[in-house]
Amino acid sequence: MALRWRVAWWAAVCPAALVVGSAAGFAETAPSVLSPAGPVGAGDRIILFDATAIMLAIVVPTMLATLGFAWWFRASNTRATYRPNWTFSGQLELLVWSIPTLVIFFLGGVIWIGSHQLDPFAPLSSKVKPLEVEVIALDWKWLFIYPQQGVASINRLVVPAGTPLHLRITSATVFNDFFIPRLGSQIYAMNGMTSQLNLLADRPGTYFGLSAHFSGDGFSDMHFDAVAEPQAQFAQWVAQARAKGPVLDRAAYRGLLAQSRPAAPYTYRAVASGLFDAVAARDLPPGEGPQTGRGGVAVVPRGGT
Amino acid sequence: MSLLGKLSWDAIPFDQPIPLAAGLLVIVCVAAVLVWIVVKGYVPYLWKEWITSVDHKRIGVMYCALGLLMLLRGFVDAIMMRSQQALAFDAPGYLPPEHYDQIFSAHGTIMILFGAMPLVIGLMNFVVPLQLGVRDVAFPTLNSVSFWLTATGALLVNLSLVIGEFARTGWLPFPPLSELRYSPGVGVDYYLWAVQISGVGTLLTGINFVTTILKTRAPGMTYLRMPIFCWTALASCLLIIAAFPVLTATLAMLTLDRYLGFHFFTNEAGGNAMMFTNLIWAWGHPEVYILILPCFGIFSEVISTFSAKPLFGYRSMVIATLFICLVSFCVWLHHFFTMGAGGDVNAAFGIATSIIAVGTGVKMYNWMFTMYGGRIRFATPMLWSMGFLITFITGGMTGVLLAVPPADFLLHNSMFLVAHFHHVIVSGVVFGVFAGIVYWFPKAFGFRLHEGWGKATFWFALAGFYVTFVPFYVLGLLGMTRRLQHYTVPEWRPWILISAFGILILIVSILCQVMQLVVSIKHRNELRDETGDPWVGRSLEWTTPSPPPVFNFAVLPDVENTEVYVDVKQRALAEFAREPHYEPVEMPRNSPTGFVCAFFATFVGFALIWHIWWLMIAGLVGAYATFVVFAWRDVPDYVIPAEEVARIDRAARAARQGALASAAPP
Amino acid sequence: MSSAEATLAARDPYHIGHAGESRARGYGAGGPASKRIVVGYGFWLFLLSDIVLFSCLFASYAVLAGATAGGPSSRQIFDLHRVALETGCLLLSSFFCGTASIAVARRSRLWTQAALVVTGLLGLAFLSLEITEFASLFAKGDGPTRSAFLTGFFTLVGCHGLHVSVGLLWLGTMMAQLYAKGFRADIRRRFLCFTMFWHFLDIIWVAIFSLVYLVGTKL
Repeated sequence: MALRWRVAWWAAVCPAALVVGSAAGFAETAPSVLSPAGPVGAGDRIILFDATAIMLAIVVPTMLATLGFAWWFRASNTRATYRPNWTFSGQLELLVWSIPTLVIFFLGGVIWIGSHQLDPFAPLSSKVKPLEVEVIALDWKWLFIYPQQGVASINRLVVPAGTPLHLRITSATVFNDFFIPRLGSQIYAMNGMTSQLNLLADRPGTYFGLSAHFSGDGFSDMHFDAVAEPQAQFAQWVAQARAKGPVLDRAAYRGLLAQSRPAAPYTYRAVASGLFDAVAARDLPPGEGPQTGRGGVAVVPRGGT
Repeated sequence: MSLLGKLSWDAIPFDQPIPLAAGLLVIVCVAAVLVWIVVKGYVPYLWKEWITSVDHKRIGVMYCALGLLMLLRGFVDAIMMRSQQALAFDAPGYLPPEHYDQIFSAHGTIMILFGAMPLVIGLMNFVVPLQLGVRDVAFPTLNSVSFWLTATGALLVNLSLVIGEFARTGWLPFPPLSELRYSPGVGVDYYLWAVQISGVGTLLTGINFVTTILKTRAPGMTYLRMPIFCWTALASCLLIIAAFPVLTATLAMLTLDRYLGFHFFTNEAGGNAMMFTNLIWAWGHPEVYILILPCFGIFSEVISTFSAKPLFGYRSMVIATLFICLVSFCVWLHHFFTMGAGGDVNAAFGIATSIIAVGTGVKMYNWMFTMYGGRIRFATPMLWSMGFLITFITGGMTGVLLAVPPADFLLHNSMFLVAHFHHVIVSGVVFGVFAGIVYWFPKAFGFRLHEGWGKATFWFALAGFYVTFVPFYVLGLLGMTRRLQHYTVPEWRPWILISAFGILILIVSILCQVMQLVVSIKHRNELRDETGDPWVGRSLEWTTPSPPPVFNFAVLPDVENTEVYVDVKQRALAEFAREPHYEPVEMPRNSPTGFVCAFFATFVGFALIWHIWWLMIAGLVGAYATFVVFAWRDVPDYVIPAEEVARIDRAARAARQGALASAAPP
Repeated sequence: MSSAEATLAARDPYHIGHAGESRARGYGAGGPASKRIVVGYGFWLFLLSDIVLFSCLFASYAVLAGATAGGPSSRQIFDLHRVALETGCLLLSSFFCGTASIAVARRSRLWTQAALVVTGLLGLAFLSLEITEFASLFAKGDGPTRSAFLTGFFTLVGCHGLHVSVGLLWLGTMMAQLYAKGFRADIRRRFLCFTMFWHFLDIIWVAIFSLVYLVGTKL
């Protein structure tokens, strides 16, 4: 029997260990949510681990007991006692209702505290003044506007490491979802709405960012690099961005509304003020969607004349 | 405007070999089957005994057949998705986005609405009246209408394979993406009308079964004597009545946006797309429980039968079922914590969601204690149930993880989520449905399914499930989102390849399942169930012969105990043999109303999709005329004379007595 | 309690709670209910589901009521006089629908048909008032495509109007059936469903009248 228990134990533990181990294993290269590069991701991960541990404490014994009961009471086991009329026990029922209830009480506390502490809208406590970034989801690219610096960037988010970010996020088109797995929380980008997200990159690095809400045929290409740089390099990047590239005025913005997948990231040296608010307030037209007669079968849907 | 609306030769994908070949193959297969039926002269039999049948048992079997067929179709989509992702690392793969997006949308829609729903409803159809000890459902003809409307929806979805396109929006068509501006093709329209038409069918089923369970039970069957499967069916149908109108309304709003330029969810004129997300999940979350609750009922029946014990804590189970039923309406927001509703709202819905786990946990323990002190036979239905017990519990755990808002902020819409809902739906609904099919198959057809092939199916399905979906959890933790047509992150690739290998194991499992059917039909004489009670069952359906006569029960049983049949078996054989007083039985006549209605509904749906207005009007007039003709008939019932009832019942009793005499009471 | 029953109770694992059960038909232990009860019950469930459908439309109207997008607001377009007239028509028609069911109970063909004709005419009057309201809005360019508020308004009120239209179609069919088949049991069951449907339209209208029109003119 002991051997069987051991086998069952390892059969349960090994896959779990494999999953967690491998997800954490690629820490520095993969965009794993288990290797956060900032306090938000770390906070989310603690909650994830806590909740898992709380539940495993009850799930594992239950699984083992299920297997054990099924094995022991198999029809061929003559040593097991057959109790054909044992169908109710008040004490057991009390236990059966109270175990999950207690677990959920405990978990409910974690949920309540976690939801408030890690609310994406809540500012991070830091002595450094946050960097403001305005994010507009387009078909199928991300536009990042730096109102304090007066520059903008397509599909590349450059930020100073160690400085809190305050992102205001909207969509010029369909729903999208702004997500940098290693920095933590994601949030929807929705037309006519402004979402807020507070993030912080602890250390320099290039972090994979993506849209986590399906947004059409170009969705798979809606990823971007979030580059956290030391403050000096960030200033240098801003200076470079200001020196070259087109100007993002309303006319240029209208050009972005057509469906496209830019081959490489690029920057704008200046941005018309109030652009983000105009988009969020729907003062500017929404994304154009597929245009008839352009781009062949990949863009024009069948049967839609 | 042309006579055929938007329909033209451009709608046929001549330039895309994959859908064209698949479509042609399906057309050839369907045509071959039709020709075979006509040549063999089966048409009158099919028409009289099946297509126009209002017998709940026949309709149940047809529902299950439809569900299994659609399960296969959905699985083909799954193979394409897995192989596309396996090939599409830094490469375009073989499915362009505009095709791949249709595949995953169709996969979800078909699996949930045309695979799982018909299977669950089919089993309810077959089993509930038998377990309640009555002769049919409350509204037999309406039942036939429900089935054929569901079939219409399935037909429309599959038509989109060859004529036009399917939605490219995911299985829930979220606006603004599904609005005309971003999805100008007919794909979303196919989705809308197919789901709308079948949704009406499902709603009618819900009404039918709630009425049946609450108003037509055998004498003596109080609520707390109903078998647990009837309770779960009741809970599921209550959810249908409360949730499906929400789906109807929501899809109607999207339809108005697309067809008449309304502004419910558009980006213009004050439309609010978040409202769609809320409304659709107000249906979508209860929908999950509509599927899973009857499966919980199946597991309860199976575990109790094969442990040779009554269900432990029956009352707790009933309470837990109704508890889940109620709370499932208060949790929809957990599907979009990342919309940014704030800490209070998110926490409230997160806690509400985890409270559901209390009900499920109670059920888990009661199943466990049902096995405790039992004499467990590991026949195929019990294996499926065991697979469920140990698999579902971890699936539920990952579900509660996703209900914790900060954890969801990391895992929302990721492959972790995809892993979670496949985990619970495969282990809960699919395993449950297969347990139910193997369990009740002898009752429906009079012979058992082959055990060896059944067990092979189970083991391959279990292994295939883990190999396919555990890598999804890893992928989710590695930051991979769902619905990617191609990707560039190298760390994801090995896990995607492992998952693709898992699909191969699942293919083997499906082949075993097909073999099981073929072998069982071939050896049906050896597998014949003469007694009507092949598993030493416990509830009323096992008192009938296999297959049951059209009237189910010669005389409505008078119920005195929760497990009435066990009770009878334990009391005495003599009591069972005492012949009742036979009376003529009145049964509803078969009616083509359902089929004809669905025929017109198909044309209405197709016409609406392609904007062929004259055809739509003609179809509506036809459907109305069908109802009037049905309403005008003078003789809705026919009578089976008492002698005929007695003759059938005596033969069944003789077979039963022989069997009971040979089997010692437990 | 006989000894057989006592042993039975002892063996029943859930033996509490079965005392005093009703043996009346359709209640617990009484066996299947009568067809009239079953049909009425089923139709009532359908009406409940329809109420859920309307509640979604009410909810969407509430969400969109302020989203006028530069178009007219509810205050500018609602005419309470016409709405009062509509309400009067519909409630009166329900009254005559009620008289029709009394006539059916008394098996009077003449009075049944007469009451149903009045019911239908009042329903038609309601419908034509609603159509004139819609037509005048369309004429001013304030159709449902103008703004999300008007979208919600037209859908909610129009859906009720559509129900009334279907009800009128049913009413005509019902009258023809009563004429051709008389007061057969199945016809009477259908008539019961029809009356429930017609009264249900009133309930929805009262909600529309209060929540859309009365609240809307105060905003």
